[in-house]
Amino acid sequence: MTDKPQDGDRLVIAGRSFASRLIVGTARFSSRQVMLDALAASGTEMVTASIRRISLEGYSESLVDLLGGRYQLLPNTAGCATVKDAVLTAQLARESLETDWVKLELIGDRETLYPDVAELIQAAEQLVGDGFTVLPYCTDDPVVCRRLADVGCAAVMPLGSPIGSGMGLCNPYNLELLCDRSPVPVILDAGIGTASDAALAMELGCGAVMVTTAIAPANDPVNMARAMGEAAAAGRRARLAGRIPRRSYGEPSSPQLGLIGSGS
Amino acid sequence: MVATVRINGEDRRLEVGTLIELLRAEGVDPKRRGVAVALNGTVVRRGDWPAAALSPGDEVEIVKPFAGG
Repeated sequence: MTDKPQDGDRLVIAGRSFASRLIVGTARFSSRQVMLDALAASGTEMVTASIRRISLEGYSESLVDLLGGRYQLLPNTAGCATVKDAVLTAQLARESLETDWVKLELIGDRETLYPDVAELIQAAEQLVGDGFTVLPYCTDDPVVCRRLADVGCAAVMPLGSPIGSGMGLCNPYNLELLCDRSPVPVILDAGIGTASDAALAMELGCGAVMVTTAIAPANDPVNMARAMGEAAAAGRRARLAGRIPRRSYGEPSSPQLGLIGSGS
Repeated sequence: MVATVRINGEDRRLEVGTLIELLRAEGVDPKRRGVAVALNGTVVRRGDWPAAALSPGDEVEIVKPFAGG
């Protein structure tokens, strides 16, 4: 790693650069205003959206009109369980939101919401071939992440723990290993429970963190959103500054000479 | 011609014409931003809606963006 502390440090994905290290999900907010306030407080520049069948009884306010001018909308394929559905959802999203970026989710297990990595790699390859900028939600497996990068994904989005669990980073060692070896930015995608999880992910070398559940259902979503943005920034700064090595024993930080009561 | 078309997973008996006629008949403003349509598993671009003719048994998906994580 050649990370050097510098101002103007930016996250670059597929040639597009971002000052914020936080991607926020738009789901689960109690009201439109809370969502808008939380997004503004977080400092995020990119937010996710899902693509769903419209209700034929009429539809509510458009998310595009609400957020489109202010944030980059990153559509996801959340809930898709087959390559076919995920690819079609991505193609519909491209038409709907006029973006070829997609957060590719391909769920392999309804209870744990773990991704089906075999299908995921296949879908990713297909979408890259179709001109998409693909950001896949994946397991925190360095080999899987490498395969996804190899097929042309612009970033990888490993889980810290299951989606919505708030369990934080269950395998920080793995995540650090993965970040050290990944040729594309690593965005910690799932499991963040509070601000320290976001900071830790950044300290371990992630390029960004993605948060949904830890913000919207918090007691004070606006302040939690702000805390997440600050934690991601602080974690990134600490990563660039470089943490000290861990020691097994204490090492005094005050001078050892001139201590009263000591001999000459 | 009245025929059965599957719209968003639901079988419907209706007058089949073009995609844009179907959208209007279902109360979807075709000019509305964010609306996207697939016909039998293939996305039909907005500009092609007026020309896209439906056939009996077709499957149509009409989507838009929602909040999501």
